[in-house]
Amino acid sequence: MYTIEVKNLYKNYYSDKSGKFAGIGKKPNTEDDSNSVPLQGLGAGISFDVNRGEIFGIIGPDGAGKTTLFRILTTLILAESGTATIDGFDVVKDYKEIRKRVGYMPGRFSLYQDLTVEENLEFFATVFNTTIEENYELIKDIYVQIEPFKKRRAGKLSGGMKQKLALSCALIHKPSVLFLDEPTTGVDPVSRKEFWGMLQKLREQGITILVSTPYMDEASLCDRIALIQNGQFLKIDTPQYIVSQFADVLWAAKSDTMHKLLEDLRKDEQVKSSFAFGDSIHITSPLNPPEGDLNSLSIDKLTKYLTKIGHKNVEIKEIEPTIEDCFMNLSQTK
Amino acid sequence: MKQLLSFIRKEFHHIFRDKATVMILLLMPIIQIILFGFALSQEVKNTKVVVLSTTSDEATRRIINRIDASEYFDVVGTVHNSDEIDAAFRDGKAKLAMIFEDHFSENLKHTGKSHIQLIADATDPNAANSFMFYASNIITNYQQDISQPQSGGGMIVPEVKMLYNPQMKSAFNFVPGVLGMIMILICAMMTSIAIVREKEMGTMEILLVSPMKPMYTILSKISPYFVLSVINFATIMLLSVFVLKVPIAGSFISLFIVSLLYIFVALALGLLISTVTNSQLAAMMISGMGLMIPVMLLSGMIFPIENMPAFLRFISNFVPARWYIDAVKTIMIKGLGLGAVLKDVGVLVLMGTVLVTISLKKFKVRLE
Amino acid sequence: MGVRGLNMDTVIKVENLTKRFGNFTAVDNISFEVKRGEIFGFLGANGAGKTTAMRMLCGLSIPTEGKGTVAGYDIFKQPELIKKSIGYMSQKFSMYEDLKVWENLELFGGIYGMNDKVIKQKTDELMIKLNFEDERDKLVKSLPLGFKQKLAFSVSIFHQPQVVFLDEPTGGVDPITRRRFWEMIYDATAQGITVFVTTHYMDEAEYCDRVSIMVDGRIEALDSPDNLKKQFNAKNMDEVFQQLARKAKRVDN
Repeated sequence: MYTIEVKNLYKNYYSDKSGKFAGIGKKPNTEDDSNSVPLQGLGAGISFDVNRGEIFGIIGPDGAGKTTLFRILTTLILAESGTATIDGFDVVKDYKEIRKRVGYMPGRFSLYQDLTVEENLEFFATVFNTTIEENYELIKDIYVQIEPFKKRRAGKLSGGMKQKLALSCALIHKPSVLFLDEPTTGVDPVSRKEFWGMLQKLREQGITILVSTPYMDEASLCDRIALIQNGQFLKIDTPQYIVSQFADVLWAAKSDTMHKLLEDLRKDEQVKSSFAFGDSIHITSPLNPPEGDLNSLSIDKLTKYLTKIGHKNVEIKEIEPTIEDCFMNLSQTK
Repeated sequence: MKQLLSFIRKEFHHIFRDKATVMILLLMPIIQIILFGFALSQEVKNTKVVVLSTTSDEATRRIINRIDASEYFDVVGTVHNSDEIDAAFRDGKAKLAMIFEDHFSENLKHTGKSHIQLIADATDPNAANSFMFYASNIITNYQQDISQPQSGGGMIVPEVKMLYNPQMKSAFNFVPGVLGMIMILICAMMTSIAIVREKEMGTMEILLVSPMKPMYTILSKISPYFVLSVINFATIMLLSVFVLKVPIAGSFISLFIVSLLYIFVALALGLLISTVTNSQLAAMMISGMGLMIPVMLLSGMIFPIENMPAFLRFISNFVPARWYIDAVKTIMIKGLGLGAVLKDVGVLVLMGTVLVTISLKKFKVRLE
Repeated sequence: MGVRGLNMDTVIKVENLTKRFGNFTAVDNISFEVKRGEIFGFLGANGAGKTTAMRMLCGLSIPTEGKGTVAGYDIFKQPELIKKSIGYMSQKFSMYEDLKVWENLELFGGIYGMNDKVIKQKTDELMIKLNFEDERDKLVKSLPLGFKQKLAFSVSIFHQPQVVFLDEPTGGVDPITRRRFWEMIYDATAQGITVFVTTHYMDEAEYCDRVSIMVDGRIEALDSPDNLKKQFNAKNMDEVFQQLARKAKRVDN
């Protein structure tokens, strides 16, 4: 049995803020289908399974439907169609059972700002019918870092500390599944790295973690990931496998005049896509050019061409794609 | 149970850490009572009195002298007919007129009974009420003095008449009115804001995704405001009895029971508002516009209900404060028991039950 | 990446700028200059003092000590003039969602004192440039996030400010839109607008001409991304950032 089993889940959800479709699954019967990509074999809704003790990442930008999915799985909202179970319990019928066994950290900071660190933790412990002492082992590593400030009001903590407190509160009842909705959004890279370190330790204790993030670089820290955009999964697999399945050739290019380089590459018809990527520009071109096509692109040809039109110190090399490359490539092929 | 207690403790933390709000909530009834109470003048010293007497006899003179000697009154002259009384009132030359019946002394001696009519300018009903009380006292004292065996005895019957405001409207009205308003404000407005704040902060999401029973969430959100309302009830009672000298004529227990009932209705209203709104601002607008204004205008607190157009009178039936204020007046001022307010109590019980049923039905176990 | 533009005058110059709240020093004696047309990356961990520093530069907060000028105006004495000469965009607030696209442009143009004719003409130009002609009469809230972001940036530079402050402009955006957004930033610098930007994406730090990294209220490093990588012997800006930010003692803000 999978810890989380999701079958054909669909929710046509209009967020009150933007009035835009923010749901998951494919919008049925609409003329404007450009926004949604039905995944082959999955029909209208989305489906996936999470194994026990796995860190499963839902990776995609804002508005992709991550929060909707989390809210359905944590029994906060009802899907329009499809089924989902957590630990074998149905999210609709057995919501009371699920609420006893999951931990949830919503996207925005949702602790009581006017209560102290200690009071927040104690409160959530009693809400879940437990005590801090009972499960202290589980949160110890995280909580000791904020314990010196336990008399401080939660509203006065820095971003990283709030996040640790929220995680402690979500863990206090030793949940079997942990739902973390964008725990690292707006958090600096150092605190993010620390946070992921904590998640690895929790996994070692057998807790299943479903985590969402807009930061593509965090994908490699998950056991398996689902890339999500516009309510649709672009791909579900291990990060390594997704990278190995990259459909095109990927090169990184540099020259002394990067901005002009980008412009020139965009003009080149054989270059499928080109985007700035840190200190270089990532270029994709089709992996299998039509046979006998003498004009097919090669690193040599491109280097010569770029040098000819005035670029200095042109440097192009083939590279391993990152998850971000994969995401961009997959979302462009739609 | 531990869940509930811990939740309630948290609610008290929220309230008492927000010092400004607590101060406002606790001071508001005091300020309102003082404003309402002292805006209506309490000064009854040296009230000007005119006398209408056809026969100048001994008893009349003695009573007039006693009145004049009191610090509360100044006899400023005599008049000869009721038109002159009216004129004196209109010109502000007098606030009280004493009319002795013809052959006052003789009647007293021979029939053992005599009448004095006391007419007050009741435009300031509070003051009129007070000096009427003093004047009656002086007359009663005189009567007791002459009741000694050697004086022959007799009975003087003062007849009290209030001009301009015969029913003494709004005399003690503002105490029940302020009670009705404060309770709505604290219970309905503050409760709805407190619940909606959890939604806004996102903490409601976590509470929902926990084994916490929705009933517990509601109970604990309500409890601090219940306590605050009881404190405010006590404050208003103390102020009205000891500062405004408005006595509680009926049973305090009955008054308390009716007030608890009203608090319950107000809390149910707050709960209902919180289930239909998602922002603190909306909750405030609904309770502010939707509750405060009817309480002020349609409850009989400011405008007498019997003088309203039929439509507004009909609407006023749905304003809980109307029934509460009526019950408080009956018990506190008229001094009647619970039996006299059965209708008010019945309506409030009905309203409370309906509101609680609706809001419990509407209180969601999910986000939408 | 080289420095764009020939006009090398200084747009932002601060010396020993300090801001204290009670006995807490949020910004501790920072000094730096930003040249016209430059993209200046302003990095730091949460609570390092970035927001406080940025508020002072925007004329929203008076420094405790030090001196500084933005767009030629004194940050102590002329905050109102500064506000007229800068643009600002943050992830949290960009535009009025319940106004139409052109209404937002008209509003912000009006706030910055542009006359109606110029606003209209510039609106037309912008709609064509962004390929937004069909969206002109739509409510902002009906636009996809990527559109909103482009529009928000266009609004922030609509009045041709000397410098635009971007506070985490790309948070939560999909990777392609994020890169398109940076291409817009480059276009803005080509028009001579200076860009002052904060971000949590370290790959974006590479796109800046120069980067400063704040730790505990102080600027611990300031140079071009290439030089910083050499200096800290790091593969990329993420490593540079990790090395510096791990030294932070401050845990609260």
